[in-house]
Amino acid sequence: MFHNHRSGPSQNPVALHPSGPGYNMAHQPPYNPTQVKGPMPPGPGLYNSGPYQPVPLVGSYQAPPGQPMLHRPSMGPPQPMTPPQSASPGPGLRMPPAQATPPPPVSANSYYQHPPSWQYGAPPPIGAPPSMAVPQHGPVANHVTSSPSPAPPQLSVGYNAAPPAIHNTMQPLGPPATLQGYTQPGSAPPMNSMVAPQSYQPGMRVPIAPPPTMRPTPPPTGTPNATPPPPLVPKTDGHIQTPGNGAPFPNSLDHLETGHTMTGPAPPPGPPARHMGQSYPALPPGYQNTSAPPNASPMHHPMQTPSQPYSHAPQQYQQTSAGPAQLSPSLAGLSLQSQTPEALRVVNLLQERNLLPPGPISPPTPCLPQDLQKINCHPEVFRSTLTSIPQTQSLLNKAKLPLGLLLHPFKDLTQLPVVTSSTIVRCRSCRTYINPFVSFLDQRRWKCNLCYRVNDVPEEFMYNPVSRSYGEPHKRPEVQNATIEFIAPSEYMLRPPQPAVYLFVLDVSHNAVETGYLDVVCQSLLENINSLPGDSRTKIGFITFDSTIHFYNLQEGLSQPQMLIVSDIEDIFLPTPDSLLVNLDECTEMVQDLLKSLPHMFGKTMETQSALGPALQAAFKLLSPTGGRVSVFQTQLPNLGVGSLKSREDPNQRASAKDIQHLSPATDFYKKLALDCSGQQVAVDLFLLSSQYCDLASLGCISRYSAGSVYYYPSYHQQHNPAQVECFQKDLKRYLTRKIGFEAVMRIRCTKGLSIHTFHGNFFVRSTDLLSLPNVNPDAGFAVQMSIEENLVDMQVVSFQAALLYTSSKGERRIRVHTLCLPVVNSLSDIFAGADVQAITGLLASMAVDRSVTASLSDARDAMTNASIDSLTSYRTSVLTIQQPGLLAPACLRLFPLYILALLKQKAFRTGTSTKLDDRVFAMCQLKYQPLAYVMLMIHPALYRVDDLTDEGALNISERTIPQPRVQQLSVEKLSREGAFLMDAGSVIYLWIGRNCNPNFLTQVLGVPSYPAVPQNMTMLPELDTAESQRTRAFIGWLREQRPFFPILHVVRDESPLKASFMQNMIEDRTESALSYYEFLLHIQQQVSK
Amino acid sequence: MAFTFAAFCYMLALLLTAALIFFAIWHIIAFDGLKTDYKNPIDQCNTLNPLVLPEYLIHVFFCVMFLCAAEWLTLGLNMPLLAYHVWRYMSRPVMSGPGLYDPTTIMNADILAYCQKEGWCKLAFYLLSFFYYLYGMIYVLVGS
Repeated sequence: MFHNHRSGPSQNPVALHPSGPGYNMAHQPPYNPTQVKGPMPPGPGLYNSGPYQPVPLVGSYQAPPGQPMLHRPSMGPPQPMTPPQSASPGPGLRMPPAQATPPPPVSANSYYQHPPSWQYGAPPPIGAPPSMAVPQHGPVANHVTSSPSPAPPQLSVGYNAAPPAIHNTMQPLGPPATLQGYTQPGSAPPMNSMVAPQSYQPGMRVPIAPPPTMRPTPPPTGTPNATPPPPLVPKTDGHIQTPGNGAPFPNSLDHLETGHTMTGPAPPPGPPARHMGQSYPALPPGYQNTSAPPNASPMHHPMQTPSQPYSHAPQQYQQTSAGPAQLSPSLAGLSLQSQTPEALRVVNLLQERNLLPPGPISPPTPCLPQDLQKINCHPEVFRSTLTSIPQTQSLLNKAKLPLGLLLHPFKDLTQLPVVTSSTIVRCRSCRTYINPFVSFLDQRRWKCNLCYRVNDVPEEFMYNPVSRSYGEPHKRPEVQNATIEFIAPSEYMLRPPQPAVYLFVLDVSHNAVETGYLDVVCQSLLENINSLPGDSRTKIGFITFDSTIHFYNLQEGLSQPQMLIVSDIEDIFLPTPDSLLVNLDECTEMVQDLLKSLPHMFGKTMETQSALGPALQAAFKLLSPTGGRVSVFQTQLPNLGVGSLKSREDPNQRASAKDIQHLSPATDFYKKLALDCSGQQVAVDLFLLSSQYCDLASLGCISRYSAGSVYYYPSYHQQHNPAQVECFQKDLKRYLTRKIGFEAVMRIRCTKGLSIHTFHGNFFVRSTDLLSLPNVNPDAGFAVQMSIEENLVDMQVVSFQAALLYTSSKGERRIRVHTLCLPVVNSLSDIFAGADVQAITGLLASMAVDRSVTASLSDARDAMTNASIDSLTSYRTSVLTIQQPGLLAPACLRLFPLYILALLKQKAFRTGTSTKLDDRVFAMCQLKYQPLAYVMLMIHPALYRVDDLTDEGALNISERTIPQPRVQQLSVEKLSREGAFLMDAGSVIYLWIGRNCNPNFLTQVLGVPSYPAVPQNMTMLPELDTAESQRTRAFIGWLREQRPFFPILHVVRDESPLKASFMQNMIEDRTESALSYYEFLLHIQQQVSK
Repeated sequence: MAFTFAAFCYMLALLLTAALIFFAIWHIIAFDGLKTDYKNPIDQCNTLNPLVLPEYLIHVFFCVMFLCAAEWLTLGLNMPLLAYHVWRYMSRPVMSGPGLYDPTTIMNADILAYCQKEGWCKLAFYLLSFFYYLYGMIYVLVGS
């Protein structure tokens, strides 16, 4: 994807891939024309492909009746036969419910229950409420069952389910789709077949619906449509998405499977939007405004969802309203054929201006059968750039979209099943953990979904602690949850689990004392010393340094802390190795004494030199026997001893449009030290508080390769920059109290045929799929580029599993496993339909950072531009059947050029604007190791108008009303002098006040009488007792709650120095050195139509 | 039949090329080990890096010998590899020690594949040149 050619899409594929280590996937053959499986003509044939052979399967399926749940029944609705021993209510087999609401945990230990909803941490922040993401459950199943209405129980199921669905979502449209589904009845068998495959079919774990790939279109026959969640599902999705559904609500009882109670959490914004069905797509892309609403809805509800949901909705609907079904067949067929799914709706970017959805953008939902989708890993934890995996590398090359995964593996979750068992069931050949996407061949054997080896189910696994029943391996929590945590037995330890060990390394040179940061650090530590994660073994230590290294003996028994100075920085040694790291519980008082006296100890220092390198060596020596976390606070360029650096920045070149130099480290000292640290399970977190150039490019290596994190507070000063101080305080609090995992490794496995190409983030890559993470923290994100080494023919789905093995702060060895399952497709249009534009942007940003460092910034910028040009070219030439003028993009990629432009104007990659080298490098670090949700805000901030907030459409969260203003385009034309606008840029929030701002807003929210009275450096809103003030503060508070760090609020007015940074985020506008959005589109169009 | 300086050069090159073939094989095995997960990249780089310069120097050494012996054709055949070695070493990552391989980037699929390919190409080149030197030596011995 990422190639160099600057001139735009050349027709010659080969040319596109420069040789050499670059982004290109090395071995892959460039696009092979022959391979191209063009967009498959939607033909009936498609449907055949599946493993599901209907009839036979059915038969087979039935066979097992006697046996309780052999197959991971998940799919199917309740086969009659499966009367699980468990009295469980419904026939529904693998009930979703299990996930979340695992029935009463059997043993407290083994299974921790958490609050029901499967919500991941943050509430509704980004994507629609998590729950929404998941489409309904296997409608298919229901449907099937119902139609044939074989067993009574089934019926019931079907019906139960249906109703709920209807409530939620279904609206008008339902019918048509439904109809199709309805038609099926006749074809009932197929449905079963789907199920059947799982259990019986050799090759596949097929749960998946028929070839997902297929577009629903062709076969008018209802069946296919319904089941195959053709990615494409036409727009129906919108309504389908039942808001609540994804989240397996606790309540959903087994029998409800389909119905999953949609507890619609507040399906916020989107609700109304349902578009009506299919017709939409047919419209020529010109209808500007109209489009907006529709889009909106999809966004909330995963755009892509269509496919699946599509199928669902209809069915469910239909079930209830059996009557109408009749019409459907023909009708459905028609509509389908003429339609394209919402994700593929053609959008002419040059004509449609208002493409932003009004609220957060939720990721597309893979086109999996509902029951699989329902249990799939949450997109905030694990998502893929392409939710439909291309069958071959050549197809992927042809699509010109990057394939990769974005992970946030250690995210704070509100609900996480934890399992304790003496044997953790894993595949014997590839060591995959058992997960919801394996197939059970019978009660005693399961087939790995990554390597396809058949494994035995251990005896212990037959007992299900959740339902306290025997013989239901598929109901174990491991098989019901795509995200699960195991408490690992001793085989997973190379040594006894280490205690939590924290070492603080503080710069106390003159410069450091001048900034006054020591007060803040010591104060924060004092306040949080009891909330540091850990147990009775927790150890703590301190080192300070200027031109010498100072150790502190905190041994119990001393009357006060004893400072030991080592001035031989050439050959650093530990003066008293035993007493420098002390047990926190035993020596709390001593530590508190030290923290109280530390800020004053160096008040008069005149030492200006900084021996950071030796101090880090000392820290490494101190921690290497145990491992742990080193927090380094540095305020200037290290200039003494090993690792000293020279200033490389030429301030006059900051704005140059020429290539930016010095993005790579000046020395490998920090990298080598980081690798040593990594080997000893030591991670180094760097806090850089400096007003001058500090060479973050070199210093950052210490954290980057030891899996630490980097915090940067430019021009930090206690008096002069109170906003930074507040931000630093909040960050420190979070930093000190957040969860932490020690001596961790993360392995990412994927189905045979796929392989990992490159990793992005902070870690050391220890082997092709293993990351060494001396520490892991809940705010770290990772990205992985994948390549397809062998064709994935015959596979319906592929799976990815990330397993993070770590030692908790309580000294427990734990394994957190996330499994993601995605469909495989073989046509370009399906790949495009499954594209996740945010994930693609995030991955491209990481790739571009690498490219800037290894090649040059301009190279990286060209590569990003080309990425958008190439993918749109590919779409135009290979997917679009009708050529129209304009710049055409599928609806799912309609924001792609905007995001690329935003990246080009991002601090990390911009040229022509004065950008400090450290700022730029820090932005690059953040792009690589922040989780996607925050990266997206950094790239494309959200702009809201806040002077007219109303409660309309507001969210209600725990008694608070949070207004939901619409997201505006980032263009000055959207600003008005009469308004006040809030820009949320991730780590910073700006509140821009127009000159003629409504006086009401000034007085009621800002508490000032008039515009000129707005203070210059306002960083907080007064707590006024007015409705306006409460709304505004609730909204800002809600935005802040959604992220672990604390964004500072800056009130900006025309004269503010920060106005420039605010305006730089107006990425749709033209600047002296960069194109406006429209010009950029024209440029792309020119290249695309070349 | 006389034992000329050129003949001596060929004999020496023959022996040294045999050594280089071992280097190349070692290189290939090492990267294969990396690719298949057996080895820790840090250890692997530590074993590979010290071998890079000796390999390059051996090659430079007999190139100089051929220069002295005025074996222009042979020298010409070796020039591309010589130039490649110089370029490769010039463009190495920032490192304080000798060597080419950085454990933090070596696991990148592109770089790994490149290094493997490099190993195979060099092996082929050294094998061919081995037989060429053998032929050259006999030719010189017989011819003079």
